Amino acid sequence: MTDFLGRLLRSPQGALGCLVVGLILIAVIFGPYLTHYGPEHMSPLARYKSPSAEHWLGTDQYGRDIFSRLLDGARSTVLLAVVATVIGTLGGAIIGTGSAYLGGRADEFIMRTNDAVMAIPSLLMALMVVSLLGSNSLNALLAIAIAFMPSMARISRSVALTVRKQDYVSAAIARGEGATYIVLREMLPNVIAPIVVEMTIRVSFAVMLFATLSFLGLGAQPPATDWGLMVSEARQYLHRSYWILLWPSAAIALTAIGFNLLGDGLRDALNPRT
Amino acid sequence: MSASYILKRIALIFYTLFVVSILVFGITQILPADAAVMMLGENATQGALAALRDQMGLNDPIWLQYLHWAGGVVQGDFGTSLRTGQTVGPALFSALGTSLTLAVLALALMLILAVPMGILAAVRRGKLSDLVVGFLSYIGVSLPEFVTATLAVVLVADLWGLLPPAGYIPLSEDFWGGMQRLILPVCVASVMMIAHVSRMVRSELVDVMHTDYIRAARLKGLTRRRVLFRHGLRNALLPTITIVALDVGYLLGGIIVVEEIFSIPGIGRSLMSAIQARDLPVIQAGVMIMAATYSIVNFAADLMYAWLDKRIQYD
Repeated sequence: MTDFLGRLLRSPQGALGCLVVGLILIAVIFGPYLTHYGPEHMSPLARYKSPSAEHWLGTDQYGRDIFSRLLDGARSTVLLAVVATVIGTLGGAIIGTGSAYLGGRADEFIMRTNDAVMAIPSLLMALMVVSLLGSNSLNALLAIAIAFMPSMARISRSVALTVRKQDYVSAAIARGEGATYIVLREMLPNVIAPIVVEMTIRVSFAVMLFATLSFLGLGAQPPATDWGLMVSEARQYLHRSYWILLWPSAAIALTAIGFNLLGDGLRDALNPRT
Repeated sequence: MSASYILKRIALIFYTLFVVSILVFGITQILPADAAVMMLGENATQGALAALRDQMGLNDPIWLQYLHWAGGVVQGDFGTSLRTGQTVGPALFSALGTSLTLAVLALALMLILAVPMGILAAVRRGKLSDLVVGFLSYIGVSLPEFVTATLAVVLVADLWGLLPPAGYIPLSEDFWGGMQRLILPVCVASVMMIAHVSRMVRSELVDVMHTDYIRAARLKGLTRRRVLFRHGLRNALLPTITIVALDVGYLLGGIIVVEEIFSIPGIGRSLMSAIQARDLPVIQAGVMIMAATYSIVNFAADLMYAWLDKRIQYD
């Protein structure tokens, strides 16, 4: 484990990714303690302020502190994205490994149907599910989880099939180990690693998808502090201040970069050969 | 590449469209929207509503409604829009033409930029240009379209006043005016793919350059340039075909956002407004057309791959 962490931190991607994701986690956990403004506290006299010592990132059209709103938004945006990815991955992993386990015609049928569903772009899929369930954050979470399932199913199936063919699995069978032992001790640890890597990278997609849904008015609703929503609202007040637009955009990009870097770092650390 | 492989692959397209049609029909059936109320308005009498429902077949069992709809789609009849009362097909297909212009230009821009970027990064592995390309590609895959689009409009259109911020003119009417309005949308739509594909080209090329046959070619005394372009690139670019085809799915999603922001009357924008207005026939048709586009592009990519790569024998 320490060996693995060492490898992760030694690669530039891994170290940077850990740093950025760590900062985001701090913002998510300790957000409200890092600022003394409430996210919905309005001060009509201090609107459209540029960054200053008083308001680190400036204020928006109602004089709300942007830094506080970003911290507050981190909770909903990042947490929901992570939860959506985990649900989507679990669902996809069940479909994928189940299909690989069944094999033969059933596998062929499940995977062909799965590929067919992938012909619908994930954003479009998410849009349809949200319009079916109604526009709010929770439904956006579900929509993203559903939109992720087909591709995660495809990945976990191919991983499960590769692992099944490995020599160490054959060796365990030859040793006369039971099916439970083989699945839990030999196969599962090797299946989990690549799926976790894929999942980490997926979180950045989920953050972006979630922000896009909010931007299009189909995710979180005002006065929520979702980053996508903040960008969408800021567009109307551009002539007064560019900062209101810039900060939430930067927050989305930074989060996505962080999870992308961490995912790549994990992949390198888990595959010492390449 | 045998005829039976092609036939199988075509059967797969039809299966895909069949699955998508059931999915889309199912979703639109559960959508809380009453087509009869939408057409006659909230104040219609119960009698009129019942008569219209009967006439539209809304009282039939669901499978019969599906067969009725799917039968129409097979014949190219996508029904009539609940909002405008016009037939869905012609309007959506002309919107598709607009979107395809945007998509093809974005793909072309992507290929022009991503392939050389990937090659440069692979050849100068570990050097400054590799780091710069890698850094740019991280930024590219981390910016959602609505952010790049908003930033592009603010900088290029509002602040510098170089290009019009939004709007669309068909290229057949005014080529330069239309192109001017397409520059920003095309750039925004291609950012994510440029970042992704350049990374893929780089890693494929790095892998290929470490194979035995490349070493053999070098040892035989061929120049570095010749080895790279004659032996390396051919094999490194093959997988790129498949990656680009899969990315088309992403592009189709991105186009929804791009068209919405730049007010381009394409299929993405039609779908967005149909989803907001719960215009079921338009949603159904739009999703079917998108899925069909994606399937056909991937079919073409598979054929091209099989045709170019003589090592692969399909049966």
